[in-house]
Amino acid sequence: MELLAQNLLNGLTIGSFYALVALGYTMVYGVLKLINFAHGGLFMWGAYLGWTFLTILGFLVARTGPFALVPVVILVMITVGLMGVLLERIAYRPLRGTGRLPPVISALGAAFILESAARNLYGASYQVYPTGVDLSGRFNLVGNLTVSYTQVLAVVASLLLMALLYIYVNYTRTGTAMRAVSLDHDTSRLMGIDVNRIIGIVFFIGPALGGAAGVLVALHYGSFNFTLGWTFGLKAFIAAILGGIGNIPGAMLGGLLLGGVESLGAVYLGSQWKDVIAYALLALILIVRPTGILGERVAEKL
Amino acid sequence: MIADTMQPAAAQTGAAPMLEVNNVHAYYGHVHALKGISLTVGQGEVVALIGANGAGKSTTLRAVSGLLKLREGEIKIAGKSIAGVPAHDVVYMGVSHSPEGRKIFPTLTVNENLNMGAYSLGGAKAKIEGHRDRVFALFPRLRERRSQLAGTLSGGEQQMLAIGRALMNDPRLLLLDEPSLGLAPLLVKTIFDTVREINKTGVSILLVEQNARAALRLATTGYVLETGNIVLSGPASSLLADERVRKAYLGEG
Ligand SMILES: Nc1ncnc2c1ncn2[C@@H]1O[C@H](COP(=O)(O)OP(=O)(O)OP(=O)(O)O)[C@@H](O)[C@H]1O
Ligand SMILES: [Mg+2]
Repeated sequence: MELLAQNLLNGLTIGSFYALVALGYTMVYGVLKLINFAHGGLFMWGAYLGWTFLTILGFLVARTGPFALVPVVILVMITVGLMGVLLERIAYRPLRGTGRLPPVISALGAAFILESAARNLYGASYQVYPTGVDLSGRFNLVGNLTVSYTQVLAVVASLLLMALLYIYVNYTRTGTAMRAVSLDHDTSRLMGIDVNRIIGIVFFIGPALGGAAGVLVALHYGSFNFTLGWTFGLKAFIAAILGGIGNIPGAMLGGLLLGGVESLGAVYLGSQWKDVIAYALLALILIVRPTGILGERVAEKL
Repeated sequence: MIADTMQPAAAQTGAAPMLEVNNVHAYYGHVHALKGISLTVGQGEVVALIGANGAGKSTTLRAVSGLLKLREGEIKIAGKSIAGVPAHDVVYMGVSHSPEGRKIFPTLTVNENLNMGAYSLGGAKAKIEGHRDRVFALFPRLRERRSQLAGTLSGGEQQMLAIGRALMNDPRLLLLDEPSLGLAPLLVKTIFDTVREINKTGVSILLVEQNARAALRLATTGYVLETGNIVLSGPASSLLADERVRKAYLGEG
């Protein structure tokens, strides 16, 4: 029972990371109906840039410990966000109106470029986050149930970012315009909405969240290498599909669900079955609900 | 030949007309959809554009609102050319387009749809609320439904929302594409009455309609479009009396 609870807790932690990364897939899909396969690469770059900034700001880490994470995460979000904007300008915008396949190929190309660049610059071996930022304590919950400080920090940070995004998308003028653009570009233009500007904002926010997730994931696992984008990024993509791609609450739900189910599977079948469970869950949900859990309307538009 | 003898009754009061379309050609790929059309909407005027399915009526409106680029010709809003102006900026020249098929945002609430109609007004809260009140006065039903998702409205209510949304930015020129399509006769009358009311507040209107009789009764000037060409134009009352219009578009003879 305790093992189950402990695993579930870890699963939800991983799930909140999945969710944070899944948001980038789903937001871009919303406005462009494009699966941005380069998103996993941007997320991985978040982890590398976090490592780089922490190394450069070593004096800050030495003095403030984990608090150095605050400026580092913000810096990473801005940098990866700008990378996202650049990616859209270079790899997607010139292909607008050429059909659905060319941008997907371009996305795959961009994903390989991001991955190779990281591998060439940082090497293939695992990077370890500086020890100074690692919060090495654990909270004791009921019984023997514990969570690490890092885990709590990472979960709180990702939930906070998701809450901010939710408020932004649902209660601001630009957020509403984003939802309008997801539904219909031409009609949005008739409202006076600059569709390209909104797409630019989406390509900043999605990757910025992915970048933050990169830092949090690296912090949680302690080490990572360039394969993070494909391994973890692909899971997050599954989470987006599970929740209903294009649907923002769906991405959050899909992430938490996937993390939770994976951890349950790890308890009952063994952790080597994790990926099997993830893909089986995907297949199962798509059979029952081809549009994902919350994604009916957007998918219908295809 | 009526086109040669009848001049559009644009209200020429010295100021530039609200809308001038001069010799406009437009294509969809290789489809030559507009073959050199010209029309004028005077300040404060209602102009009806009628024609069979596929004649190019919606295409004309899309050209005016900047969604469709011209191959040739010129479009002027109150004397200013829209050449090179992106569609989302044409709105700022005072044009509002209620497109064919309503095109409301189904997963946004009624209020959010209206907010998007006022997007071009930025953060001018007081102004926006004033316009919202005016829309609710025209369509009280929308006030009752304001927190409901637009996609759950009935067809008629969606049409009200489409028109209301187009009014939210207080346009000088309103482009209406088949506002009465698919509505019950009683509601059609309401919509036409509302269009008249909107016009009384000084808004110039270019109205595309299948319901040619109602449209020509409301309009001062009418144009008849056939496969991308204007084949007839003149005072709406003359078109209503014209033999060919009666036969082809009013279902008489
Ligand atoms: N997106 C498009 N791609 C290709 N051809 C198009 C497109 N939209 C319209 N057309 C063609 O352009 C011509 C004019 O179409 P348009 O929609 O303007 O007609 P309409 O007068 O509004 O007709 P209706 O009364 O049926 O709405 C038609 O022949 C149509 O097939
Ligand atoms: Mg039409």
